[in-house]
Amino acid sequence: MKETLIEKLLFFSALVSILAIILIIIFICSQGIPLVARVGIKNFLFSTTWDPANGQFGIATMLVGSLLVTIGALIWGVPLGMALSIFLAEIASPRVAGIMTSMVELLAGIPSVVYGFFGLAVIVPFIREYIGGPGFSALAGAIILGIMILPTIVNIACDAIKAVPREYTEGSLALGATRWQTISRIVLPAARSGIIAAIVLGMGRAIGETMAVVMVTGNVTRIPGSIVEPVRTMTSNVVLEMGYASGDHQLALFATGMVLFIFIVILNLVVTASLKAGE
Amino acid sequence: MNSAAIMVRGLNVFYQQYQALHHIDIDIESNKVTALIGPSGCGKSTFLRSLNRLNELIEGTRTEGQVVIDGVDIYAEDTDVVKLRKQVGIVFQKPSAFPMSIYDNVAYGPRIHGVNKRMVLDEIVEKSLKQANLWEEVKDRLHASALRLSGGQQQRLVIARVLSVNPAIILMDEPASALDPISASKLEDLIAELKTTYTIVIVTHNMQQAARVSDATAFFLNGHLIEYQPTEKLFVHPRDKRTEDYITGRFG
Repeated sequence: MKETLIEKLLFFSALVSILAIILIIIFICSQGIPLVARVGIKNFLFSTTWDPANGQFGIATMLVGSLLVTIGALIWGVPLGMALSIFLAEIASPRVAGIMTSMVELLAGIPSVVYGFFGLAVIVPFIREYIGGPGFSALAGAIILGIMILPTIVNIACDAIKAVPREYTEGSLALGATRWQTISRIVLPAARSGIIAAIVLGMGRAIGETMAVVMVTGNVTRIPGSIVEPVRTMTSNVVLEMGYASGDHQLALFATGMVLFIFIVILNLVVTASLKAGE
Repeated sequence: MNSAAIMVRGLNVFYQQYQALHHIDIDIESNKVTALIGPSGCGKSTFLRSLNRLNELIEGTRTEGQVVIDGVDIYAEDTDVVKLRKQVGIVFQKPSAFPMSIYDNVAYGPRIHGVNKRMVLDEIVEKSLKQANLWEEVKDRLHASALRLSGGQQQRLVIARVLSVNPAIILMDEPASALDPISASKLEDLIAELKTTYTIVIVTHNMQQAARVSDATAFFLNGHLIEYQPTEKLFVHPRDKRTEDYITGRFG
């Protein structure tokens, strides 16, 4: 009796969370699809003119903005995250690894608005002074996001590396391989699927991040000529204009959210596929 | 004639505060199979792993004494561990081929030691697999994943991998205990063939196996070397009461 009650309760909880996701999808699509249909999918995705007052809804600049900031974050966040993971999993003594792991976890707990503040106060002026441009830029966004994705990457990659059987490591060292040869030729390939998952999830985190990005990227709807020029991301677009948008303008913001959502779904599919491929 | 391949003098090994081995003195002869027997936790695996300095991968391990291989104390400060491990290969209990092709598994050792020519690698791979009695079974699928091989085949692949770097000594840590009887018996045949070229030290829990494959047997108990004799003598006329108790199955 009690058993079935608990089972039903758990099933109901599962149902609620799934239902929530489905409702969100339906809602976003019901708002977004009609507008995309009216504007034309090609026009919506590839036009660089975003002028809601005159009915021009092209998000190409934001697609470029999101991609630029995300790729920039990955370019320096992934190598750093991987180096840290390898160090924590293979080289650091248990005591050092423990301290550093909790510090990385602390990074995950910092609110994104604080990252944004840090970017605004330190990184933006630094870029303006020493590199050029207005400071508010794709580069500033990429630097901040690179730090923000570290906990995601390090947690998952570190677990993947630790899960590599001891026999592989010892077998390699026993053949006279150096530590580094063992890591690069045996451990990392064996942990490949977990490492890919770490990178893709970090990428998902970067592409979906909003607050810190809004604060440091300048939010101009123009294709940037270089990485020190301002950009606007899809997430920024939604958060900046949702407050006052109405009618088609509001629908266009939902459509932006829909594109973002599809992006992230595709990323998740890639993760699942890469994990399966590794088995 | 003194043909000791490995000369051990006063070997003590500690894990943190715990002393796993107490003052071990032993001469292991070349081109012979030496079996190490004893109950679980008696130090035989620790002893085996001390012969190519694998113990030091475990944090907090300390080793005292001398292990002389080829006239050199391997615990001397200027010992090249990479070279030592190339010279002294090890096969573990759990068959663990690397997650790559059969070919790459065997070529791994030569490659890390700088052999890159395809022809040379091909030759080494074929020779090693033949020596490990695996060539006939895998020659048509060298580039298939090694993880698809059976446990017994993987264990022979691991042996081929060890042979590929041309060691003088092969250590085996219960190599047959995870295998089915047929694979185990193939492995025993292989050990008998290999001893013509290599010095083999094998840890085993299986008394019959020790009796079948080895020329000399060492009995360990609680971190002490109790008795070390030619296998036949040790099993038929053990000198020590404790050895007799163990081999007749009274404890352990």
